[in-house]
Amino acid sequence: MKKEFLNGYEVVTRACIDAGANFMYGYPITPSSEVLSDWINKSQKNKNLNYLQTEDEIAAGFAVCGSIVAGKKTFTTTSGPGTILMQDSLSMAEGMRLPFVAIIAQRGGPSSGTVIYSQQEVNLAIHGGNGEGLRIVYSPSNLKELYRFIRYAFNAAWKYRFPTIVLTDGYLLKTKQNIELFSKYKNEKTKSLFLENKQKNIRNIYTIEEELMEKILKDKKDFDEMAREITEVELYKTDDAKQIIIAHGLVSAVAKEAIDILRNKGIKIGLFKPSTLSPFPKKELNSLLNKNIKKVFIIESSLGQLKNLVKQNLENKINIDVLQKPAVGIEVQEIINKITK
Amino acid sequence: MKIKSSFCPGCGQVMILQSLYKVLQDNKLEDKAVLGLDIGCSLLAWNFLPINTFQTHHGRVVATMVGYKRAKTDSVSIAYTGDGGAYAIGLQSLLWSAKRNEAVIVIVVNNSIYAMTGGQTAPTTMKNQKTATSPQGYNEESFLGPELIKSLNKKAYITRSACNDIKDLKKVFNKAIKNQAKGNFSLIEVLSFCPTNWKTKGKETIDYLENMKKTFPIGEVK
Repeated sequence: MKKEFLNGYEVVTRACIDAGANFMYGYPITPSSEVLSDWINKSQKNKNLNYLQTEDEIAAGFAVCGSIVAGKKTFTTTSGPGTILMQDSLSMAEGMRLPFVAIIAQRGGPSSGTVIYSQQEVNLAIHGGNGEGLRIVYSPSNLKELYRFIRYAFNAAWKYRFPTIVLTDGYLLKTKQNIELFSKYKNEKTKSLFLENKQKNIRNIYTIEEELMEKILKDKKDFDEMAREITEVELYKTDDAKQIIIAHGLVSAVAKEAIDILRNKGIKIGLFKPSTLSPFPKKELNSLLNKNIKKVFIIESSLGQLKNLVKQNLENKINIDVLQKPAVGIEVQEIINKITK
Repeated sequence: MKIKSSFCPGCGQVMILQSLYKVLQDNKLEDKAVLGLDIGCSLLAWNFLPINTFQTHHGRVVATMVGYKRAKTDSVSIAYTGDGGAYAIGLQSLLWSAKRNEAVIVIVVNNSIYAMTGGQTAPTTMKNQKTATSPQGYNEESFLGPELIKSLNKKAYITRSACNDIKDLKKVFNKAIKNQAKGNFSLIEVLSFCPTNWKTKGKETIDYLENMKKTFPIGEVK
């Protein structure tokens, strides 16, 4: 493998192309616009790549749905207020079990907020719809994972047919690094919902309440069965740890650096990093915390969106402390100070 | 044709959809056709015709069918919607699809009210018309969708018809299908009966529709 000097957004388009995606719909918004521009630039030479800059994120999301119904690997990318508008189509994708792939670059909220970074779109990514949140959400912490999780996302989406989000941020999309990308993953095949010689009528509105409940319960069963196959977690230096940091995305990369320094000072601390925020690695979390862990630090650029997720999945009581900085990045020294104070 | 209808008795959509199906059959395009449905009374068309159909969200059928058509260029992609879905909540997508000359056919059923939700004021409500949300009578002018949209696209086929003129419906559907085959956008607004919400019977329903034609001129917008 050769090393390449790539931006985060170039890693995104590369991963989407390698995954077999050939349609993209999007609307410009910082910090995800570069993905749209880069895809369109690449399409000037690669005629397999189709695109449309739509009138808004609503149209982008529904065009993605239409394209997927017709059997094309299609994706979109958005951020912040655009993620809100995208909920309409994501909800249809959840209802119709469409393999909708969205690369979401979190920015600060509420409202138009700030434009580069936060970890405040966790709730929106998982539970932004009027349903049960049957969505797959990956959270990459570096460019290699950004590539790998996008490849996983397309495969999971098309195999299990749930909307799938790769939840990143503008810091990562703007990061430029020399990296080697392992790209030899097998791609899932696509399938159109319609055949020309076989009539099909697809609903997403129900007259009988019990009928909808049955559908949801079946979808939930499928989701839980899928969870066993696709849940991803990274454990870093947890074998002899007495304390655990829980963090995701970029914050988890910072936490690793802090852990290395803390261990040099003799503090036995490790990291639990959920790579899939949904389905959440519940079994892995509880089996780790049941191994003589005295204290957990939940660290995030939000006022507790990750903490709530962790608490929903905890089976036993544990001593929890938090470092929460909504809409700003977290530095190594801040984590060290938190742990050693 | 086996008919399973969940439309109200006297609903104009039955004539519109059957005429559409006849034209698809005449052109041997039933298998190529996909009917995308907006939410509102249009959703009831999901199992009415023996062709591929799917329901979308309110105001979102045009954007969805744009995605479908671009992904399957040899399909006959039809977005079927009411006046509220087309001209209020979904107007942005409709305007931009027309402006970009997307090769989809949009059929807008105009019955002058939001029928599924109980007769509220719609973009096509007529001046002085009483509705559930304009109890004193609507005091604005009606929204003329085809006339507005024509200015955005010279290649578009844009017309208005009525559910009680089957011959004209077949003519306009034929033209729209041919226009889509050439890669162009079409919009067909069809004035349609809603005796349930108009609270009309028999001839009153026909008279109501004929009266609508004074506000909404029938024929191609050029």
